[in-house]
Amino acid sequence: MGIAFRLVKQLNYFTLDVDFAMGNELLVIEGASGAGKTTILNCLAGIVTPDEGKITVDDRVLFSHTDKVNVPTEKRNIGYLFQNYALFPNMTVRQNVLYGVKNMKEYCRRSERKELLAYADNMMETLGISHLADKSATSISGGEKQRVALARAMVTKPSLLLLDEPFSALDENTKSRIYEEFGKFRETLRIPTILITHNHRETELFADKNITLKEGKVI
Amino acid sequence: MFEPIILSIRVALLATVIAFFLGVFFAYLLTKRRVPGKNIWETILILPMILPPSIVGYLLLKLFGKRGPIGAFLLDTFGVQVVFTWIACVIAASVVALPLMYQNAKGAFQSVDPSLELAARTLGSSPFKVFRTVTFPLSGPGIVSGIVLTFARALGEFGATLMLAGNIPGRTQTIPTAIYYSVVTGKEDEAMNLVIVMVFFSFALVFGLNMWLKKKNHRENIQR
Repeated sequence: MGIAFRLVKQLNYFTLDVDFAMGNELLVIEGASGAGKTTILNCLAGIVTPDEGKITVDDRVLFSHTDKVNVPTEKRNIGYLFQNYALFPNMTVRQNVLYGVKNMKEYCRRSERKELLAYADNMMETLGISHLADKSATSISGGEKQRVALARAMVTKPSLLLLDEPFSALDENTKSRIYEEFGKFRETLRIPTILITHNHRETELFADKNITLKEGKVI
Repeated sequence: MFEPIILSIRVALLATVIAFFLGVFFAYLLTKRRVPGKNIWETILILPMILPPSIVGYLLLKLFGKRGPIGAFLLDTFGVQVVFTWIACVIAASVVALPLMYQNAKGAFQSVDPSLELAARTLGSSPFKVFRTVTFPLSGPGIVSGIVLTFARALGEFGATLMLAGNIPGRTQTIPTAIYYSVVTGKEDEAMNLVIVMVFFSFALVFGLNMWLKKKNHRENIQR
């Protein structure tokens, strides 16, 4: 079980070429802007198609250049927390959190629906956003948005969680609090996680493994 | 005087519905999906806005006329003749107004933050479901502007309508063609009445749209 990927992708000024395997750990990818960090996440999520390589998550092949496999994004079951959180502004906090749940096959079965909704409520409780449930996603603070986005990505029980600079948009005070909360959250829910950051403090705080990327290669 | 007004409203409403579905469909296809010959399709869709309406009308006449490819098909298969009927008014108005709906829908879809659409994909939505639940609902103001402008354009359509539907009082005579007919036959009073109706209606539409958009922006700013 775990994640293994080899990705080759020709970018504007260099070729991204990475090869990595990990278990239920948190991998931090550091590197300057434009080093290819987000491209790795986008390849894993199926947003960008690599030129060559293979991606397997829990023995399931999501992409294979040689076998011509390319599972579409919506079928990869990968949680992705975007840098700007990408909360749907036309929905409430609860609607945002439940968006992915309603797409799950299990949600169609009445017996499992209750369980999923209870899990979502529990997740909102854990992340301290239950009291915001009926608020519009545009009317909450940055820290709250981040937690809503995390809850939304986690309630679908993804096999891999991708975090693209999730703390960069927060002010310093909020950041310290969120770091602590995220640390605790990580203890309770251990799934393979890849975190991208510019901030070395985050590597020290959260990384089980870390790599630094320069012009598409691990250094 | 009322016949052209009723016919114009009926034609404009139907043309708006047709242009809405076609405009939204093509805007979705050309902005969100990979389509071969995208630029050519796009140019064809915009063309009715650039070409003089008389040319659009002439081309439609060639297509829908008895010997035209579509006209002959309709006549042979269903026994329906389109040219010089009120349906021709609808076709002319739809074609001429379509670019406005298409352009507004396209602009609205492109202004939606792509990360929202990607987030929806990662949460298990197919591209069409992303469009239905995220892109389209977030394109509201652009779509409403498109509908209002399409309706206004359809209501004011003259050149192509005259070519394809003619100017048959009680059958194909819309407000713009009735005004033209009244002026050339010296019925200035009738023309003036219709002009007043048309100006008032167009003013109310655009004024209403601007007020709605202002209110909506104001509400969104408060929420933020």
